[in-house]
Amino acid sequence: MDVIDSLVGIAPGSALDAIRARRPDARTHAQASWRALFAPTEPGDVSAAERYAAAVFVVALHGEAATADFYRQGLAGTGAGSALCAAVETAAAEAAGQGPYGRYPAGPLSAEDSPGPSWQPGAVLQAALGPRLAAAFAHLHMLVFHPRDADLASLQSLLDAGWSTTGIVTLSQLAAFLAFQVRVVSGLRTLAAVS
Amino acid sequence: MPETVLTPPDHIVPVVFTRDQLDWLAWIEPLAEAELTERHRTALIDAARAKSPYFRLLARDPDALEARTRTDKDIFYNPDAGLPRAERELAAAATSRANGCIYCASVHARFSATYSKRPEDVQRLLDQGVGADLGERWNAIVAAAAALTATPIGFGAAHVQRLRQAGLDDLAIADVIQAAAFFNWANRLMLSLGEPAATG
Repeated sequence: MDVIDSLVGIAPGSALDAIRARRPDARTHAQASWRALFAPTEPGDVSAAERYAAAVFVVALHGEAATADFYRQGLAGTGAGSALCAAVETAAAEAAGQGPYGRYPAGPLSAEDSPGPSWQPGAVLQAALGPRLAAAFAHLHMLVFHPRDADLASLQSLLDAGWSTTGIVTLSQLAAFLAFQVRVVSGLRTLAAVS
Repeated sequence: MPETVLTPPDHIVPVVFTRDQLDWLAWIEPLAEAELTERHRTALIDAARAKSPYFRLLARDPDALEARTRTDKDIFYNPDAGLPRAERELAAAATSRANGCIYCASVHARFSATYSKRPEDVQRLLDQGVGADLGERWNAIVAAAAALTATPIGFGAAHVQRLRQAGLDDLAIADVIQAAAFFNWANRLMLSLGEPAATG
């Protein structure tokens, strides 16, 4: 069983197992994506604790409790201290919201603008998260809830906080992959429940 | 020395959803073509993608890029039954419309229009948004994609039942789920690492 099977609760031989088997490369490479982001062959520019802390935050913002627990265990497994784990939970609770919202470039679509909050950790949280994760979490909140508000300034904040360009690519892939994974897990669970 | 963001060249910002071909300008530095190693080129999968700044940027994490692309290709191109290609692309376009990704919507609206031969309906989705009336089967697919795109996820039993009533079997419904889920991945990369530009 891969991570998606395990999170959905897909038993070998079940109807959903057969459905996933019809898209074998998607199944294999969703798992390969997970491995590339959470068990990479080289740590690259993003530490394991940063990867799992980002994951707990992103998945918790989606309100996906069971999947968030999976990444909480992963975060604990990186040796992250209880202060960091607690800070991630505080951040996720503070930053909760509903998306997608955001603005469009000025023009006819401005009529559809639905502005909403940007989120920044306060001073206490910043201290607990450290500068890299504090900047990352502000960026991740935007990616989760209002990605059309993305701008150059947000990337510059990451660079200023010590993220490399390659590290930003990894962080972005990680958050974007999780946006996919939680939807596959939730969607397939719903499909199975209505079978 | 800290790296800095790029300053995009002067360009025309697209201000509507369109089926026109658009360019994409990176906000942080892609790898240069000359820097691409064998590992990067393998991760690009299609050799022509070495010309694309988007893929050369993602190539900075080659393992993540390669797995992303192979996931994408199977969800959209696997011809084994399930949802017809046109409707997988419709789900991608609807997701992109809901998230507000003008670039992704342009690409997948073109594909959906081509494969379905229903360009007027696809254009109505772009013009009016995910509430456009496209006929019940397409409405059900668009509504499911939009519900999957909401955060927290709004997709529920009523969406599954509506898709079944519209004639989708469970493999086709799983295709809707995976197509919409995948564009929640793709939209976030396209929207946050650069911006679209009108061509010509």
